[in-house]
Amino acid sequence: MLSIAGRTFRSRLFMGTGKFSSSALMIAALRASGSEMVTVALRRVDLNDPADDIMGALNRRRFFFLPNTSGARDAAEAVRLAHLARAAGDTNWLKLEVTPDPRTLLPDPIETLKATEILVAEGFVVLPYINADPILALRLQDVGAAAVMPLGAPIGTNQGMLTRFQVGIIIEQARVPVVVDAGLGVPSHAAEAMEMGADAVLVNTAIAVATDPVKMAKAFAVAVEAGRMAYEAGPGEKQDQARASSPDFDLNFLRDE
Amino acid sequence: MNNYDFSAPDFSSLAARIHSSRREDVLRALKQRDGCRIADLTALLSPAAEPLLSSMAVAAGRLTRQRFGRVMQLYAPLYLSSYCANRCLYCGFSFDNQIPRRILSLSEAEKEALILADRGFGHILLVSGEAPARLGVDYLVGLAARLRRRFASVAIEVQPLSVAEYARLFAAGITGVVVYQETYDRQTYAAVHRGGVKTDYQRRLAVPAYAALAGMREVGIGALLGLSDWRAEGLALGLHLAWLRKLSWRTAYTISFPRLRPAPGSFSPLVAVSEKNLGQLLFSLRLFDPDVGLVLSTREQARFRDGMIGLAPTRYSAGSCTIPGGYGDAGAAGEQFSVSDERSIDEVASSIRAKGFDPVRKDWDAVFQAADEGASAGAGVDD
Repeated sequence: MLSIAGRTFRSRLFMGTGKFSSSALMIAALRASGSEMVTVALRRVDLNDPADDIMGALNRRRFFFLPNTSGARDAAEAVRLAHLARAAGDTNWLKLEVTPDPRTLLPDPIETLKATEILVAEGFVVLPYINADPILALRLQDVGAAAVMPLGAPIGTNQGMLTRFQVGIIIEQARVPVVVDAGLGVPSHAAEAMEMGADAVLVNTAIAVATDPVKMAKAFAVAVEAGRMAYEAGPGEKQDQARASSPDFDLNFLRDE
Repeated sequence: MNNYDFSAPDFSSLAARIHSSRREDVLRALKQRDGCRIADLTALLSPAAEPLLSSMAVAAGRLTRQRFGRVMQLYAPLYLSSYCANRCLYCGFSFDNQIPRRILSLSEAEKEALILADRGFGHILLVSGEAPARLGVDYLVGLAARLRRRFASVAIEVQPLSVAEYARLFAAGITGVVVYQETYDRQTYAAVHRGGVKTDYQRRLAVPAYAALAGMREVGIGALLGLSDWRAEGLALGLHLAWLRKLSWRTAYTISFPRLRPAPGSFSPLVAVSEKNLGQLLFSLRLFDPDVGLVLSTREQARFRDGMIGLAPTRYSAGSCTIPGGYGDAGAAGEQFSVSDERSIDEVASSIRAKGFDPVRKDWDAVFQAADEGASAGAGVDD
C-alpha cells in the first residue's frame, strides 16, 4: 500500500477538484475514482464558511483533504496560505504549488525549495509540485519533503508523459514517494506513469472537462490499477530484434592462458 | 526588455493586413491547437473567417474549457464617483454632460460593497470617473483597507496612475487594474477625446505596463467597440497583449470588449458592431491566447451572454448598476451607461448552471498578500 508520511492509501489515484461544472458532479467523479486523496485550491474555497460549496460537499472522513497553494507566486505567499489551511482547515498537509507564471502555471524551483524548507521546519507535511528535475527532487527530499510531485506535462495540457525520461530518473533515485502530477490527459497516460514505477498520479483537468467526468474517473481508476499491477509484475524488457538475429561473435581466438 | 513603451502599429495598416487574409489563412490558423501567431490572429479577424465562425466557436470553446474548466467567474462593478475631468464623447460621465454628480464617502462606498458581498460577490471592481483631485490614491488605499478582508479580490478601473502609485495600491490590497485604450486608432482617439488628460494617446497606452510592473496580479486592457474598425482593434489588442506578456510574465491579463450603448449626451456609435462581430472577436482572441481572461459585461443582452457561455468568455459581471450609490438607492440617477442584462447575480448564476458550468464567486483570497496595515493607516481620508 502507498504510504506517505506514515499515512497509507489504498488508491494510487489522487484527484483535484477544480474546473468541474458543479460540486455535485465533482463529488460523483471523486466517488467513481475510488480516490482517497483530494486536493483543493485554497484560493477557491472559504475554509471559514461552513456553507462553502466545495468544502460543504466534501466528506473529509472519506476523502483525505490536501489543500494546495495554487496561485502563489513566491514562497512567502505559499507560506501564508499554508498557515491559513492549518488554522482554518485543520490539517498540516499541504500540496505546495508556487507558480509565478499565470499562463503556463509551471512551478518555480527556487521558491518551491525555499517554501518547503520553511514549512517542513514548521511541522507541515509538504508535497511539492515540481518540474521533472531530478536534482530538485533530491534537494526537496533532503530538506524533508514527504513526497515529490513532478509534472508529466504543464497543467491542463493533457499532453501525457512528455517528461518521461526525467521522471524515470526521479523514480529511480527518490526515497520518498513520487506522484506524477499534471498533464495526464487520458487513462493510458496514467497507466504509463504507473508502469514506470510512479507511486501515484494526480489527475484533475482530464476528468473535470470530460464529457462524462464520472465515467472518465472510473477509467482513470482502472488504468492506475492496471499500471501499478504491471509494474509489480515486472514487465519484460523491450527486445531489440536486430541483435537477436545477428550471428554470435567468434571468440575462438581467446586462449585459456 | 529596456523599452517600456508599447508602440501601437499604424491602425490603417493593421486593417489592410486583416482584409488581405484569405480562406486558406483562416484554415491554417484553425489548425493551430495551442495558441497561434499574430499572422493567424490577423486571418481569424478577417471577413474571410466569417463563413468559418462556427468552427472558430468550437475550437475556442475547446480551449476555454481545457484551460479554465467548466466555470465562469462572476464579479460586480462598484461605482464610486461620476466626477470626471475628461471630455469623452461616448461616455455618460463626460465633463460636458449635465448629470447629477456624486462621489461616495468611504463609509458610503463600504456600505455599497457590503450589499454586493451579501448578494454573494467575491470579486469586485471599483470604478470611477477620472477626477484625481476628488478621488485619488489615498481614497483608494483607505477603501481597500475596509474591503480587502471581505472580498476574495478587489480591482480598480479609475484614472491612470504611476508605477509607484500602483505599487502602493497593491500593498494596500488592490490586486487588479483595468485600463482601456478605448480605441487604438489614433485619429478616432483624437476625435472622441476632446479634453482632459485622456487626450494623450501615448500616455494612456503606457498605463497597463505600469500596473504590471508595479506587481499587480491582473491587468485588463480593452477597446470600446463602436468607435473604429473592430477587426483592427482586435489585432491591436492581440499585439498589446503579446507585448505585455513579454514585459511582465508574472501578470495575468484580461481583455474586455465593451460595445457602446446609449448614454446621456446621446452619442451614437460611429461604426456598427454586431453580436456576430463581437463573437468573432472573442473567438479570435481565445484562439490567439488560450490563457487570457475574456470579460463580458452587462452591456450585452442576456440571450447573447447565455449563448457565449463555454465558448470564449471567462468572466461575467452581473446585477450591475453604473451609478455611484445605485445598489443601495434604486432611485439614484446619473449612470455611465445603461445595462442590457438586468438579471440578478442569482439569475445569471442559474443560467450558467443550466449551461453545465459552475458560477464561481470566489477564485482568489486576500491571504495571498501580506497585510500592509501601514499603507492604510497613512491614508488620511475619510467621510
